[in-house]
Amino acid sequence: MTSWSEPRAAAVARTASAPVDVEFRGVTKRFGAVVAVDDISFEIPRGSFHSFLGPSGCGKTTSLRLIAGFEQPDAGEVAIGGRSMVGVPAYRRPVNMVFQHYALFPHMNVADNVGYGLRQARPKLDRAEIDRRVAETLDLVRLPKMGARRIWELSGGQQQRVALARALVNRPTVLLLDEPLAALDRKLRRDMQIELQNLQRDVGITFILVTHDQEEALSMSDTIAIMRDGKIVQFGTPQLLYDAPANRYVADFVGESNFLTGNVTATHANGASIALSHGPVLKARWSAAGDHLSAGEECVIAVRPEVIGLWPIGQAPADLDVRRQGQVRNRIYLGDHTEFSLQVPELGELMVRLPKSDPLAMSLQPGDVAEIGWRADQALALRAT
Amino acid sequence: MLRAYSVLVYLFLYGPIALIVLFSFNSGLSAADFQGFSLKWYAKVAGNSLMLDALRTSFTVAFSSAALATIMGTMAALALQRVKGPVRVIFDGLTYIAIMVPGIVIGIATLIALVTTFEAANTILAQIWPGDAPPQLHMGYGSIIAAHTLFSMALVIVIVRARMAGMDRSLIEASMDLYADPWATFRQVTLPQLAPAIMAGFLLCFTFSFDDFVIAFFVAGPLNTLPIYVFSSIRRGVTPEINAIGTAIMMFSLVMLFSAQVLLRRASAPRKA
Repeated sequence: MTSWSEPRAAAVARTASAPVDVEFRGVTKRFGAVVAVDDISFEIPRGSFHSFLGPSGCGKTTSLRLIAGFEQPDAGEVAIGGRSMVGVPAYRRPVNMVFQHYALFPHMNVADNVGYGLRQARPKLDRAEIDRRVAETLDLVRLPKMGARRIWELSGGQQQRVALARALVNRPTVLLLDEPLAALDRKLRRDMQIELQNLQRDVGITFILVTHDQEEALSMSDTIAIMRDGKIVQFGTPQLLYDAPANRYVADFVGESNFLTGNVTATHANGASIALSHGPVLKARWSAAGDHLSAGEECVIAVRPEVIGLWPIGQAPADLDVRRQGQVRNRIYLGDHTEFSLQVPELGELMVRLPKSDPLAMSLQPGDVAEIGWRADQALALRAT
Repeated sequence: MLRAYSVLVYLFLYGPIALIVLFSFNSGLSAADFQGFSLKWYAKVAGNSLMLDALRTSFTVAFSSAALATIMGTMAALALQRVKGPVRVIFDGLTYIAIMVPGIVIGIATLIALVTTFEAANTILAQIWPGDAPPQLHMGYGSIIAAHTLFSMALVIVIVRARMAGMDRSLIEASMDLYADPWATFRQVTLPQLAPAIMAGFLLCFTFSFDDFVIAFFVAGPLNTLPIYVFSSIRRGVTPEINAIGTAIMMFSLVMLFSAQVLLRRASAPRKA
């Protein structure tokens, strides 16, 4: 978009060179005895797409509301665009939010909803100027000529776009999205994810998304904060979270893993030997973003289903560190790959994901026995909590 | 058996009303003997200056008290939204009591309170007034409008608060998020959202005041409202003219109540936003 004009310069104090758009410094928020956000600090760089990911009650929505100004922190400080937001009410913050259920004004048509923020500007903007920008933004979200429609005449996907347009038309420093896709069906959600990403690149505004859907967070974000009990467990790029989870919680939340629990018996240069509860001792490497545990500590080995291989009996390569025989319990065909669950002596039930190209992907059936194994450098030794 | 019973109950309830409507169109003089269809009693009512005066009084009282009750009731409902704990419980209790207390109790209590206050005030006024003719406080428009307002305000509070409870809170947050300060948010979002309930509250208050006899009878002083006029006319015998007035009042009230119902229905209709 090139035709965005700078809106409401008075209210939206932008410092074009500041690299950080949103910063939390030791922010705590309590609701009665519940600590919703517990002393968290982070920085979100300008123009990035950031997600808060976690189960309900982890503090992600409260974090978003602290940025929006609907909540004030009990301790610490929120800064937006380099400016401290202490004591700044929601209506004076250069951020706009897309609400979970859109919160469109039912007594206004589409154009009046979208133009709402512009109409609040003092000194007043020209009627023609408002109309022009509303039309321009409706084009941007692919709802051209829908301005006169009533809100309840729109489909869920269209309402979602109106909510987006209503926020984007103000050209905020930061756009906040509170589970905006949760109410849409799967196909539409996928389309909107791609659209949101494209939109974010086009307008260059910092997007902050709250979601409990890991797939959504992984596919759209530049950075993700995984939250639990009001704290950020890990902050990083989707790739970092997937390849180098800080602990079992992250590995469990991002993608899928097989977990084998035990205790560290010996540490090596880049990993450890872990004695599983039922006997065998397996090697695994430290996660790049995880702690190095010491001998005796409880430890979890995380193995992604796609790094485990299956072979016909006797044909597994020699360089495997873990090598067992397992019986196929279940097989789920998923198009481009197939998921197997195998019962393996001493290791328990393991999930394996074979690509379509693997010769066993099609032939292996429940009841068959196959060789299963992986290399130690593909298994991560993680803190158990 | 049950059906016959129901029919009897409804007959007992609505039969007299149907008779009044029927006899308002009676061409004869008697209110008991239907002699043929005629609109002459309506014409007579329209020419009755005493009745017209009473009607004017009733409209003035109903409109003023409904307007005051709507404004104050809405403000009270908005303010009570932020009140929590025991204070809120007390206010809620008082609100419901105002609706439940019988009209005759409100009427007598208001009468005694006002008479006592007026006497005291008039004595003081007479002493401190510099001129010869000190103003006298007395029963009249002021007292009847005040009594009706107090009673109807509770209705408005209950209706507006029900609407407020059904309102999506995130609309207010959305407005704040879009740079509207609290006053702008109130004007552009809260008020339009509450408007149907406020209108319905006004119509209900208007109807209650317009139809009220008991409270008005005690506090109207020398004024005649329409129900008071009808009551005093009945003492001179029930004529088809009274039936005509009754029918007109009933139709008017029904229209008002129906409008209020439509407004409330439309306000609470699920509009998924």
